[in-house]
Amino acid sequence: MSGPNTSFDPKQVASLDAAAIDAMVADAVAAVAAAGDLDALKAVRLAHAGDRSPIALANREIGALPPAAKAEAGKRVGQARAAVKAALDERQAVLEAERDARVLVEESVDVTLPTDWQPVGARHPLTTLMERVGDVFVAMGYEIAEGPEVEAEWANFDALNIGPDHPARTMQDTFFVAAPDSGVVLRTHTSPVQIRSMLDRPLPIYVIAPGRVYRTDELDATHTPVFHQIEGLAVDRDITMGDLRGTLDHFAAAMFGEGIRTRMRPSYFPFTEPSAEVDLQCFVCRGESVGNPDRPCRTCGSEGWIEWGGCGMVNPRVLVAVGIDPTQYRGFAFGMGVERTLMFRNGVADMHDIVEGDARFSLAFGVEA
Amino acid sequence: MRAPVSWLRDLVAIPADQSGRDIATRLIRAGLEVETVETIGAGVTGPLVVGRVLEIGELTEFKKPIRFCQVDVGTENGGVRGIVCGARNFAVDDLVVVALPGTVLPGGFEIAARSTYGKVSDGMICSERELELGDDHSGIRVLPVGSAEPGDDAAALLGVGDEVLDIAITPDRGYALSIRGIARETALAYGVPFEDPGTALVDLPAPAADRAPHPCASDDLGACDLFTLRTIVGFDPAAPSPLGMQTRLVACGMRPVSLAVDVTNYVMIELGQPLHAFDLDKLHGPVRASRPAAGEEFETLDHVRRTLSADDLVIADDSGTIGLAGVMGGLHSEIDDATTSIALEAAHFDPATIARVSRRHKLSSEASRRFERGVDRDLAPYASARAAALLLEHGGGHYVGMTAVEAPVAPAVIDLPATEPGAVAGMTIPRETVVDLLVGIGCEVSGEHDLRVVPPSWRPDLTDPIDLVEEVVRLHGYDLLPSTLPAAPLGRGLTRAQRLRRRVGTVLASRGLVEVLTYPFVGVDELDALQLPADDVRRRTPVLANPMSDEQPHLRGTLLPGLVSVARRNVGRGLVDLRLFEVGSVFLGEVADVANRRQGVDRRPTEQEWAELNELLPVQPTHVAALFAGQRQPEGWWGPAIAAGWADAVATARVVADACGVELVVEAGDDPSFHPGRVARLVLDGVVVGAAGELHPRVVEASGLPARAAAMWLDLDAVIAAAPDVRSAPVVGTQPVAKEDLALVVDAGVPSSEVLAAVRAGAGELLESVRLFDVYAGPQVPAGKKSLAFALRFRAPDRTLDAAETAAARDAALAEATARVGAVLRT
Repeated sequence: MSGPNTSFDPKQVASLDAAAIDAMVADAVAAVAAAGDLDALKAVRLAHAGDRSPIALANREIGALPPAAKAEAGKRVGQARAAVKAALDERQAVLEAERDARVLVEESVDVTLPTDWQPVGARHPLTTLMERVGDVFVAMGYEIAEGPEVEAEWANFDALNIGPDHPARTMQDTFFVAAPDSGVVLRTHTSPVQIRSMLDRPLPIYVIAPGRVYRTDELDATHTPVFHQIEGLAVDRDITMGDLRGTLDHFAAAMFGEGIRTRMRPSYFPFTEPSAEVDLQCFVCRGESVGNPDRPCRTCGSEGWIEWGGCGMVNPRVLVAVGIDPTQYRGFAFGMGVERTLMFRNGVADMHDIVEGDARFSLAFGVEA
Repeated sequence: MRAPVSWLRDLVAIPADQSGRDIATRLIRAGLEVETVETIGAGVTGPLVVGRVLEIGELTEFKKPIRFCQVDVGTENGGVRGIVCGARNFAVDDLVVVALPGTVLPGGFEIAARSTYGKVSDGMICSERELELGDDHSGIRVLPVGSAEPGDDAAALLGVGDEVLDIAITPDRGYALSIRGIARETALAYGVPFEDPGTALVDLPAPAADRAPHPCASDDLGACDLFTLRTIVGFDPAAPSPLGMQTRLVACGMRPVSLAVDVTNYVMIELGQPLHAFDLDKLHGPVRASRPAAGEEFETLDHVRRTLSADDLVIADDSGTIGLAGVMGGLHSEIDDATTSIALEAAHFDPATIARVSRRHKLSSEASRRFERGVDRDLAPYASARAAALLLEHGGGHYVGMTAVEAPVAPAVIDLPATEPGAVAGMTIPRETVVDLLVGIGCEVSGEHDLRVVPPSWRPDLTDPIDLVEEVVRLHGYDLLPSTLPAAPLGRGLTRAQRLRRRVGTVLASRGLVEVLTYPFVGVDELDALQLPADDVRRRTPVLANPMSDEQPHLRGTLLPGLVSVARRNVGRGLVDLRLFEVGSVFLGEVADVANRRQGVDRRPTEQEWAELNELLPVQPTHVAALFAGQRQPEGWWGPAIAAGWADAVATARVVADACGVELVVEAGDDPSFHPGRVARLVLDGVVVGAAGELHPRVVEASGLPARAAAMWLDLDAVIAAAPDVRSAPVVGTQPVAKEDLALVVDAGVPSSEVLAAVRAGAGELLESVRLFDVYAGPQVPAGKKSLAFALRFRAPDRTLDAAETAAARDAALAEATARVGAVLRT
């Protein structure tokens, strides 16, 4: 508040005295407070902060003051304008927030509406399961090996120590292409990929071979003439059956959970010796259902173990057939059915679902089984 | 192979507290795959007794004949009881099995005295099936005369409570197709002694002095290196086989027939030696193993007439063939209910020879299964002595003697370093353990560090050192193997092709397509439905000699039939909006229908030999295909439905190529399976690699698909082969963009891709992108013309473009389009 202007200039400007300015500010603040919406506030802004507002008009009078009074008047008007502007801005912010709140509420939608205008797709679980297994072994340094589905009988049988009179080589099991003696079959297992790998790759060899295979089984709940296997082969100096066991244990843990183990039971395959069946520790009950009728396990039939595949040390006769010196190198091999793995792992009840191509089946798995 | 535990216990002192399941666990650990353990008559409880039929009253007033029998079940069981029975295969004085009131039969069926057919039936006369002892459907189980007394506990006589192990025998373990072989493994598993019944000759009476045994011979000592024939005369053909023997045969899944047949079966199961009994009086001259004349006809026991090949091995006498060696006997030398003189054959045959005979005649028998897997070379005389003793004991008669021919065989000797089993296993297995285990399976072992091992006669599968390693490691125990990891070399990860195939699958799935895997078998009908012309490469595919279905003998040359068939199935199940895809092999080129040279396995094939083997195979590229039907986008709150069609198919092809970093040329095509006006040819480096568009209406109709179904196929291998190893980075300009629109009027038949190419070429280097955003044909353009509106974006790398530069580039684009396709600016 400035003191009375009595010292040097008789000229007085009524509108610039302090009381008048204060009154203008008070008017303006009252009008701002009374503005109920942004439009009203706009009018208030024009009336109290516009070019023709009382303060603006008062400001024009500053020129009429004697020089000594101009500074003080100017300061007073400036403070008044700032006060009005602050009130306006504050009110503006409040009213804008109110408007926004109202408008955004009005714009609200039902976010639970379906958004499925772009239908989803899926990969076949057999494919993604084979990729998953491949990744486990690629991480161990293996490479993924491939071979043709229509295969030379030599690679499918002879080179694997399955001689001409072996029962597997009858029309009961094998699809022959063109003629039974053409030397060409639909491969009955992925094992010919072992032969191709050993012929084509430098030693040592560590490969995993997923693929489609064929046997003359009628389609039923657990069989299909066209199915998939995944096969591993390692050929190196000093490789042992302990290495095979460790590899299978790692595979089981990577696929089914830490601590899940495998078990080997002696068996027979012409292309491996010693040979074994591979059982997987039940990853659902971990054996706790065995002898425990109160907690039956559907996955393993309360056996505690699930039959998974076959394995063994590569028969030296197989190494000879591909020109690898069995006194310098040993190998191990293992293989399992992908359909079977999918069935017990993902609870597929019937083989028909896997082979029929019903879109609902693949869709349930999305892009990762 | 079914093995009753009681029989195993006859040969091995298995600890008394061990159940069938316990034994199974031990055998599984040793490598015998015990599939089931059954308890004989598991569901039977209560008084099951032997009864003698005293009187049969026929009741004829009912729909079927009914018998009311008086049966003596022993004084302690109430003496004679009246029992109603519907079966008719028994006679007065027969011994039968009677379930007295209080007996519970399998299935919880409780027997009580009850009124039926107007009589009180005080019990039940049982069949094998009712007792679940066997599959014999013929009726009531009649026990051998004199085998029991009325009132005896029938349950014990029938083996009720005995356990039976059912074991899947792997092809290398022929010796385990016998109680003897399984007993040996059981003894090893329990570490208890085993008295081998196959190496001790049972006592037989001295051969007859007044008569020579029937002569025998082997004309092919390679295929039959041991042939023996024992002669018995004066045999009582009516003598029944003992009940215990019958019970065991039933437990092993065989049907008791007659004493002579039962004995041969019994000894075969017990020792593993197939035997055959001839009626001596039906033989003409020496019995010999020989090769038949090609084309000779002969009837086997199963009443099938067979035409023989010169490669068959037969048993013959002077009249011709009388048996398929090692497989099945002949009908006309068969023993029958009047046979009193028996010639008992026991021989050893070459496994491969028997396998071929069995396969050629599609005839597999208990004998052939054993010979194929290898029968103990030395067993024949021991087994036939055992059988002869049983025949004499139960059928009477006189032993005449044995004739035999034999080719000498040198015993196999295998050299095995004592450390080798441990080296393979990856652990230390002491020499003593190695030797003990090998001796345990019957080997003779000598030597200190380098063992010399002679396998026993019953292990023809042991020929290589690794065979011995397997025996040692399995008997030592696989569960003792260490769990170690080999140090694999550093791998290179997935190949580019493997990566891109995964990418393609994932990209298609993310575009809403669903992957299916279909059988690659196709029929001519399906190829006809696709309108493939007669000379189409997709018809020249391999043919299976033995397809699952004669309707589908071909391997696929295209993925479309599989997708069509799956689509139809989905539509049939009410799934009509379909976007399916498959990635898989197709097979192009025929496989010659000729016999091909066999490649040996004693060495690596030469490059030339390996190439020749591969040349037999068809080309097998990986294709990708997709099929669309119904709606691409469903109706919803966002708007109306959009139908799937040709454009989805073309877009999918482009998506696949994009995923691989490859640009496909899309141009009007002519694939016969597609609508001729709505099909694109997919071209890569001037080569057609696929087609996409709407399927031909006739194809749609013939295949039973929804109208306007669309499809795409693409040679994925070709696309991947064209994929860049490394993709180059773009120059990302940060100068301001200048936009220009350009509407061009061209003849309606000009492909938009050509106009676009002209615009792109004319606009020059400043053009950043161009996009066709509108196609118009109608009153605002002349008839026969269409307007194509392009949005062009220009950008310079180093400066802001001014209006004049942009306009000049746009005019150049117009000029090029005018020059190439006669485009005029739409006004």
